[in-house]
Amino acid sequence: MTTTVFKKTRGLTDVPFTYCPGCTHGIIHRLVAEVLEELELLDTAVGIASVGCSVMSYEFFNCDMIQAAHGRAPAVATGVKRTHPDKTVFTYQGDGDMASIGAAEIVHAAHRSENITVIFVNNAIYGMTGGQMAPTTLPGHVTTTSPFGRDTTLQGEPIRMSEMLSTIPGSYYIERVTVIDPVSVRKAKTAIKKAFQAQKDKKGFSMIEVLSTCNVGWGVTPLDALKQIKNDMIPYYPLGVYKDKGANQ
Amino acid sequence: MRGIVTFDENRCKGCGLCVNVCPVHILELDQTKVNAIGYHPSHAFAPEKCIACASCALMCPDVVITVERVDQ
Amino acid sequence: MAKQLMKGNEAIAKAAIVAGCRAYFGYPITPQNELCEYMAKYMRSSGGVFVQAESEVAAINMVYGAAASGALSMTSSSSPGIALKQEGISYCAGAELPALIVSVSRGGPGLGGILPSQGDYNQATRGGGNGDYHVPVFAPASIQEAASLVRKGLIVAAKYRNPVMVLADGVIGQMMEPVELDPNPIDIEAFPWAADGNSGVRPRNIVNSLHLDVDDLENHNKHLQAKYRAIEENETMWEEYKMDDAEYMFVAYGTPSRITKSAVDELRSEGVKVGLLRPISLWPFPYEVIHRFSKKMKFIFVAELSSGQMLVDVKLAVGYDTPVHFYGRMGGNIFEPLELVAEFKKHQEVLGQ
Repeated sequence: MTTTVFKKTRGLTDVPFTYCPGCTHGIIHRLVAEVLEELELLDTAVGIASVGCSVMSYEFFNCDMIQAAHGRAPAVATGVKRTHPDKTVFTYQGDGDMASIGAAEIVHAAHRSENITVIFVNNAIYGMTGGQMAPTTLPGHVTTTSPFGRDTTLQGEPIRMSEMLSTIPGSYYIERVTVIDPVSVRKAKTAIKKAFQAQKDKKGFSMIEVLSTCNVGWGVTPLDALKQIKNDMIPYYPLGVYKDKGANQ
Repeated sequence: MRGIVTFDENRCKGCGLCVNVCPVHILELDQTKVNAIGYHPSHAFAPEKCIACASCALMCPDVVITVERVDQ
Repeated sequence: MAKQLMKGNEAIAKAAIVAGCRAYFGYPITPQNELCEYMAKYMRSSGGVFVQAESEVAAINMVYGAAASGALSMTSSSSPGIALKQEGISYCAGAELPALIVSVSRGGPGLGGILPSQGDYNQATRGGGNGDYHVPVFAPASIQEAASLVRKGLIVAAKYRNPVMVLADGVIGQMMEPVELDPNPIDIEAFPWAADGNSGVRPRNIVNSLHLDVDDLENHNKHLQAKYRAIEENETMWEEYKMDDAEYMFVAYGTPSRITKSAVDELRSEGVKVGLLRPISLWPFPYEVIHRFSKKMKFIFVAELSSGQMLVDVKLAVGYDTPVHFYGRMGGNIFEPLELVAEFKKHQEVLGQ
């Protein structure tokens, strides 16, 4: 006799992921899908896909999905949640989508404390379009639009979205995690579950920032990309809970 | 603790994250095979040593791994 | 409902609520602020949703979300704000979402001015967003008509799963006139295609405008074009005023068409056989009826509060066999009846009449 220790969640469709080999988008998708299934939210969920590598997520999450214009997912989610307050609404966005073109939308969704959950995948680059610099690209890092390395005097210091959004009174739960090894993957899942639980309990705006890889855009192997998160990204983007309004109650 | 690990072979992209994370080092990319999408798929070359920890499955970005535990 | 003296912006808002619009997302911009304010006051008590968004861009995307999940929704703005919404409107067209967009137009370009203008005709009818799409555009000339076109706009949006615009000039927004509203909410069947979070009880729904496969996208576009032909067939609207025996024809829309009617009456009193053809739907444009009348006209006189945008459509309808003259005021200036009469007579003299 055998018991199943791990199998694919019902929260994902059987459409193969379109991500590059080793891209941790796939792990993050799985965690979100598992949490939706485990919290019994999947069948009443509405996911908002953004624009970027994860634009195709409307093919991968096994629930109702809406594809939003670049940067506008939090506004689209607001429209859905306000008219369907009993549904679970989440956005799945990259850093180009959320920290750049969609910065106003995410700030104001947090500001209004929309009762939605935002999955913010930070891989410090524009992946889909071929590896351009993003607001989150690390100082000195070479991308196709910072060919000499990001020059912070000209292109600014990378934005720390979790810290920034945690200063907004309306944000209820914000945590930054990563998915570079089984331990961090488990922690990431716990964080994602906390965020969706906050929404389920109608507590307001929750966001989980996940430091993720872009081995093709960074020009490294999948394994080295995981190391790059550990050695380069985590020091600049410390993991941890940046807002937990429920904690001090 | 004995485990059985299976791969949905034709969806593996040969990224190697599972190989790297297996604590008992029984996984490798099968250089003798090319799957439907053109990659060397991962597989267990010493399956009997699997301890059903599922670390490989946790790290698989394409969710191709299923892990079972053999009950004594 | 009893007749009420209402400000245009408020009448538009009330008409939408009464018709069954359940979600409004707005942003302040003169000259349509009272529309947002009315929604802020009365939408919630009518069981609907009101959100003041952080920008017009966010507002149209909230409409996109509400519509995608099956709620009849609406936004409103004025010229520069409508410019910001163009991408969202294109997405609504691509994803086939019912939504009402009310534009209360002001002088442009750029920040322009806050007084009435018709300088957004091209923005509205030619579509400011990307891709081959159309948005039905209805232009009211009175507060009563604005209220009924809001209702019609919601019906057309739901019927064809398409964004619809009511293009009112600033006069309509700010003027007060008596209006009587149809009390019955429009009956639209549910939207089975909506992504409303019921994938537990039916196959999951996806609302999306991305089609990376070229044939998928072409077929999708052909489907949209067929829809637009049907809208052209069924939803074209115009008014004929004293056209039966007309030898000259004014073409004007919106409140300026009422000023033009006064000019027509004045000329008629002087024995000139002149009439007015007033497009009510700017898209689909009434090409055919204008073409039919133009054959019998000595000349056609287009009057707009712009440099002449509808003028182009009139010329398309008429062709080259009848002269088409134009008179326009801009910046928020509005021509007066006698001003039009004087301009009209200049062209008569040229004809030796």
